[in-house]
Amino acid sequence: MASPNRHASFTLSTPGCGTLRAMAAAASFQRGESDVLRTRELTVAYGEKVAVKDVSLDIHDREVIALIGPSGCGKSTFLRTLNRMNDTVDGVRVTGTVELLGHDIYAKDVDPVLVRRHVGMVFQRPNPLAKSIFDNVAYGLRVAGMRDKKVLAQRVEDALTSAALFAEVKDRLHESALSLSGGQQQRLCVARALACEPSVLLMDEPASALDPISTEKMEELVVGLAKRLCIVIVTHSMNQALRVASRTAFFYLGELVEVGPTKELFESPQQERTTSYVTGRFG
Amino acid sequence: MNSPAVRGVRSFASRPIDRAPGLITTALTGACAFLLILMFGVVLVDVLRHGLSVLSWEFLSQPPREGMTKGGILPAIVGTTLLTLLMTVMTVPAGVLTAIYLCEYSPRDSRLAYVVRLCVKNLAGVPSIVYGLFGVGFFVSALGSGLDGALFGGHTTYGKGCLVWASGTLAILTLPVVVVATEEALLAVPREMRDASLALGATKLQTIVRVVLPRALPGILTGAILAIGRGAGEVAPILFTGAAYYLPELPTHMNDPFMNLGYHVYVLATQSPNMDQTRPLLYGTVLVLLVISFAMDLTAFVVRSRMRAKA
Ligand SMILES: Nc1ncnc2c1ncn2[C@@H]1O[C@H](COP(=O)(O)OP(=O)(O)OP(=O)(O)O)[C@@H](O)[C@H]1O
Ligand SMILES: [Mg+2]
Repeated sequence: MASPNRHASFTLSTPGCGTLRAMAAAASFQRGESDVLRTRELTVAYGEKVAVKDVSLDIHDREVIALIGPSGCGKSTFLRTLNRMNDTVDGVRVTGTVELLGHDIYAKDVDPVLVRRHVGMVFQRPNPLAKSIFDNVAYGLRVAGMRDKKVLAQRVEDALTSAALFAEVKDRLHESALSLSGGQQQRLCVARALACEPSVLLMDEPASALDPISTEKMEELVVGLAKRLCIVIVTHSMNQALRVASRTAFFYLGELVEVGPTKELFESPQQERTTSYVTGRFG
Repeated sequence: MNSPAVRGVRSFASRPIDRAPGLITTALTGACAFLLILMFGVVLVDVLRHGLSVLSWEFLSQPPREGMTKGGILPAIVGTTLLTLLMTVMTVPAGVLTAIYLCEYSPRDSRLAYVVRLCVKNLAGVPSIVYGLFGVGFFVSALGSGLDGALFGGHTTYGKGCLVWASGTLAILTLPVVVVATEEALLAVPREMRDASLALGATKLQTIVRVVLPRALPGILTGAILAIGRGAGEVAPILFTGAAYYLPELPTHMNDPFMNLGYHVYVLATQSPNMDQTRPLLYGTVLVLLVISFAMDLTAFVVRSRMRAKA
């Protein structure tokens, strides 16, 4: 396994913005473990309603893992606990643990803002900010305190290149991001997340609002990016899971029913409920 | 043999009886709308016809003279301007911050937010003369006299009606307008944008300052300008809190009394010994007041459409 040192080590509890990347690799991660994210008995409830139940899942370095399951089974909720975006919803209760590079991100002294700087997120519908293309990509760096214009310009260009968007927008970086097409906007959202150099990228049905060609581009992008970081992608399309994900996890009614290599999960599922879902008997 | 999918229709022509309800509704609603235009037109034409001839450089640049039968309205224009500016400086920040608290910081089922909203709603319904009384009681008597006692050895300095207390009273009067407009503008910012910002590692404050406020700015400005327009024309709240009947000198300090266009209209219309001589001046003053109000509304309109176009 390649050096895990590219992962930032960080102090999630540092107040203020601090540097994005500290010097040494995270202590527990340095021992050569390859799980970037690890959830244990994770349960999430909105008030009385339990949306995710007892999910224990390991997410490896540089893999694409797909989350599938019928609508309302808690995929988005699970995803949003991985970068503490659920904190922004009133009345959410999370129990169990989520470890990011060996750190419990639900520990008391953890600042969710710092967690989100290490875990990028792409939403179902493209949601560029009403700013220029450049400012969208630079946003995460700027809020983290980066001021150096040269470095910013370089990081923006790199991020746009990684998201396969630079060639299309290099002459209009200062035009509004809202002037881009839907597919371009979504790749901009990927670029924006990549600019912060996250260890994980969470994607919630990133192609569901896109046309077939944009979808194909998005899938190519996901596969390419997996060389650098791990990606957790929610999808409703089993074909998409087959095309991009090395492993797939099947959720049903808030529970993690089964997880395994994508092909095996679809061809020879171990669980009754998985079989029913992949053969289209419910969902 | 299949029956045809389309039924036979004798005619598509409508009968007069079918058209009647539509026609009546159109006529009725149209007439009401026309009435509105008519009334606005009558006011405008009357004021313009009598007021336009009075407008002159002298009218705008001189204080009133000879028992307010001659001269101009400069002190009233200056007084109104200062009053409105001060009021704006007080009401807009307070209103915007309140709305930010309500919309961004208070938890969804917060008791405090509920009470604040209730207060804002009720404040909006209080008759403006009551604000005037409140202004005397709170600002002039309590705050002003207290200041005099504490800082000026009991010498009456702030314990009287003056610019700052009148502005404060107007600020409270217009606060609900600013709060409601700002809250609506903040609510209209899509949740997706806040999510985008937060997911990129922005703090809540950064999200508000960099994403939410710029997006809500047109709405906030519109509300602020409407509030200012309303405050600039109010008379009742300043009656007892600082407006002067006749004061040729321009106000220079926070604790100076001042003249005011709206109050001047009232004085000219009701307190003059010789109505025939003051009537032209009255029309001129009303015209100036209307022009200022319309200018405010127009600014609000332009600001809004400009910023819409840019966003
Ligand atoms: N903010 C919320 N407040 C209350 N309940 C919620 C909230 N968000 C989601 N839920 C509930 O939690 C459950 C899981 O929702 P979630 O959005 O995670 O499902 P999902 O698997 O992503 O569905 P989909 O495939 O339709 O996106 C649902 O029953 C939903 O009604
Ligand atoms: Mg979902």
